[in-house]
Amino acid sequence: MIGALIARDLRRGLTGAAWLPAAFFLLVATLVPFAVGPDARLLARIGGGILWVAALTAALLPIERLVEPDRADGVLDQLALHGLAEESIAAAKIVAHWLSFAPLLLVAALPASALLAINGTALLRTEIALAIGTPGLAALAMAVAAVTAGLPRASALAGLLLLPLAIPLLIFGAANALLLEAAVSLLLTAGAPFVAGAAIRASRT
Amino acid sequence: MSALLRIDQVALRRGGRLLFEELDLTLAPGEAVLVRGPNGSGKSSLLRLAAGLLSAERGRVERAPLALADEHDALDRELPLARALALWGGAALDALGIEHLRDVPVRLLSSGQRKRAALARVAGSGARLWLLDEPINALDGDGAARLEAAIADHLAAGGALLAASHQPLAGVARTLELGA
Repeated sequence: MIGALIARDLRRGLTGAAWLPAAFFLLVATLVPFAVGPDARLLARIGGGILWVAALTAALLPIERLVEPDRADGVLDQLALHGLAEESIAAAKIVAHWLSFAPLLLVAALPASALLAINGTALLRTEIALAIGTPGLAALAMAVAAVTAGLPRASALAGLLLLPLAIPLLIFGAANALLLEAAVSLLLTAGAPFVAGAAIRASRT
Repeated sequence: MSALLRIDQVALRRGGRLLFEELDLTLAPGEAVLVRGPNGSGKSSLLRLAAGLLSAERGRVERAPLALADEHDALDRELPLARALALWGGAALDALGIEHLRDVPVRLLSSGQRKRAALARVAGSGARLWLLDEPINALDGDGAARLEAAIADHLAAGGALLAASHQPLAGVARTLELGA
């Protein structure tokens, strides 16, 4: 059942607007040279941080389709009746969400780094940090999506919740402190299924 | 023979309002009960309590493996019906007369056809306890007759049924009245 759920969520993620967060990420990276001017040295210095800000804002886009449609359609109820714990449902959804979100983001980071005059080694470091940090970002997005599911103005609320909680990922990712980035990402990935599971149970009426 | 559903001295509170208390209900194999009561009396909540989706304020609920059909059909809109049902382990499309719809995307189905699909999922689940919330709603005469035949087969095979409905359900004589 877990495997079927991951496959189903991944299919829905990819056939839906999977390119949307990646395109948004690229767009934010495009805005920066317009805003600060085409000084290559300045862009290269701030480029890594810009990519992280872009990744965080792109992570907001899919939040409203992660949990709420399945809650409203009764899918979460039926999964529970098929014997899945809410924590397992959340963990499966995190895996599927990361798979539909992170690889495209890593690909989009290639043209974005060209726009920001980031050189080869710096790009490689940023890609590694993104690869380490995105599981935590995907898990955080799932927890926030579950907490806000069914609430009015859920997407605005989700942004207010997710961005502050993602600051540690941003700090260590942009500073390229890979071990600390991995620690934060691991903490978020391990904790989010429990938060999301409790939120799913509490949202039942 | 052990009961498939045992609700023992249960009280349920939703949104600060006590829906019912000291409720007892036992379903043995082959038994069926129709829950009746005005809107807002807690029929659907009782079914969700029996399913384990809500927890009681007091009392105990024991249940056999079960299948639930309520107002949510839990089918992916973009998929053909048979594939959407496959996530839940398949369904008895024949019994509800929707075998010819297996390749039709769920989003193109009428509400009655989706209701039949949800009921077919329950009928094909193999669960011994069925929980049906307003099963007759949106069904035409043929659908209702097929549902009643499926229920009769299920009860004859030693299953049990708890249904909530405003309309009588053929073959289900025992009722439980909930107050407003």
